[in-house]
Amino acid sequence: MKERNLTCIVCPRGCALTVRFDGAGKITSVEGNACKRGVVYAEKECTHPERTVTSTVRTEGGAVVAVKTATTVPKEKVFAVMKEINAARAPRSVSIGDVIIENVAGTGVAVVATANI
Amino acid sequence: MKQIEKELVIIGGGPAGLAAAVAAYDKGLRDILILERDVALGGILRQCIHNGFGLHRFGEELTGPEYAARYEQQVKERGIPYMTETMVTELRADRTVVARSAAMGIFEIKAGAVILAMGCRERPKGALGIAGTRPAGIYTAGTAQKFVNMKGMMPGKEVVILGSGDIGLIMARRMTLEGARVKAVCELMPYSGGLARNIEQCLNDFDIPLLLSHTVIDIHGKERLEAVTIAKVDERRRPIPGTEQTIPCDTLLLSCGLIPENELTAQAGVPMDRITNGALVDGDRQTEIPGVFACGNVLHVHDLVDYVSEEAAIAGEAAVRFLRGESKKSILVSVKTDGKVRYTVPQILTEAKDTRLYFRVSDVFRGKKIVLKAGDRVLLEKKTVKLAPGEMETVTVKAEWLSELAEGEISISLSD
Ligand SMILES: Cc1cc2nc3c(=O)[nH]c(=O)nc-3n(C[C@H](O)[C@H](O)[C@H](O)COP(=O)(O)OP(=O)(O)OC[C@H]3O[C@@H](n4cnc5c(N)ncnc54)[C@H](O)[C@@H]3O)c2cc1C
Repeated sequence: MKERNLTCIVCPRGCALTVRFDGAGKITSVEGNACKRGVVYAEKECTHPERTVTSTVRTEGGAVVAVKTATTVPKEKVFAVMKEINAARAPRSVSIGDVIIENVAGTGVAVVATANI
Repeated sequence: MKQIEKELVIIGGGPAGLAAAVAAYDKGLRDILILERDVALGGILRQCIHNGFGLHRFGEELTGPEYAARYEQQVKERGIPYMTETMVTELRADRTVVARSAAMGIFEIKAGAVILAMGCRERPKGALGIAGTRPAGIYTAGTAQKFVNMKGMMPGKEVVILGSGDIGLIMARRMTLEGARVKAVCELMPYSGGLARNIEQCLNDFDIPLLLSHTVIDIHGKERLEAVTIAKVDERRRPIPGTEQTIPCDTLLLSCGLIPENELTAQAGVPMDRITNGALVDGDRQTEIPGVFACGNVLHVHDLVDYVSEEAAIAGEAAVRFLRGESKKSILVSVKTDGKVRYTVPQILTEAKDTRLYFRVSDVFRGKKIVLKAGDRVLLEKKTVKLAPGEMETVTVKAEWLSELAEGEISISLSD
């Protein structure tokens, strides 16, 4: 039986999780989580890990505006997402929630503004 | 000098100041003024663009600017007056506030009540005493955060970070995403002061080494930083000869703790807590000067802004009760700590009602009990799995214990 130790990143509590697998690599148990979200996180982290990316985009006015991926994106795409974010330009005036990139790095996820400028 | 009068003056327009203003307004007070020295409201959260804020308060994960914007909107919806680019330069014990701005010049406000919400600043390099030269390329992590996130400028390409507090961890990831190479995060203590989740998602995700019990002992470079020498330290935090290694880098970021910004507080003669470096307060977050309240990072360093908002709302409501002559001080109980529990906020209890004590411990402790006592009488025992200095803990003191006690002390300690 195989085991993997993870730190849950869903909330500031940061539970220490122990994930056990059977011979075929299927998860048999998750322990150490204080809530249900820990199990969901552990399952994702062991199959297709995902992260939220936060960064900034340069505006036409020359300032920068804070942005994030609207949901998590596959972890292996994080640097591809960053590359598109750094190539993007936002309008001079932006409000929280405005879509800056519609489908970033082919993930189907939008990059949205997180500040007003 | 221009003189005005205000019922409530709030110094600082960060999350603490804004939440205090909203709470005071919602209690019925209208004559409020927020003074903020920066160009906009929002405080330090404006530069904390990462996610992870607001899970307690709003039940969803927000970035710093989004969290700040929610409170800013609440302030604007209520029409609460505020002045930006206005710096408070003096506070007197009679609640006179002296401020200055380009628009108003120097002006004086006679305030019925004052809420201190000035936040904190980072411990600078000068305060750390590292040997070596003084080249360019050494910044506090928060300064680098401001450059990258507010100005879109990168401070360097090859980075070493000293201190594993959350701001340092967050900046390790941020610099990496922007193309820099973060070679190591050195931490003097045998444990990190940052949240476990940040070690996972900011360091482990990018294979950035966290070197515990390590410090920077020398700085090299004339004009620009060229390298730092690091070494392992013993239990007494002294560098161990023979463990030195020199790491080439052009940038050193310091994430070595926050200092509450309490110059005004001290100037007004407000009695301070030597451990928190903030004011001594009661359950209302009232200092020992009547009508002067404190909340947020100026009172004690918080890692979660959700707790800042919670504390600020307590202060905001209490200030309104003070102004209406409704504060009741029925008891006088001080809270004593054993050193393992470093401090509590509040430190003094003046009302016999259920009161949450916020506290931090001095080291990493496993399997200890939190014990609350009045003399020899045990009021409460609470088992814990793990306690760490980086994480604020809470315990509630019950009204009935306090009314029986009326005056004296309760103690909080850790035991096996
Ligand atoms: C660099 C840095 C990064 C941080 N990153 C994080 C993070 O990633 N996550 C997290 O949860 N917490 C973070 N924190 C902690 C964060 O500060 C708190 O969560 C929260 O912002 C504290 O709110 P506050 O209102 O008490 O202080 P602040 O947000 O610091 O606001 C204080 C305000 O008071 C104003 N002010 C101060 N003195 C005066 C004066 N004399 N006159 C007028 N105005 C004045 C300041 O300009 C500022 O706007 C960080 C802190 C720092 C210093």
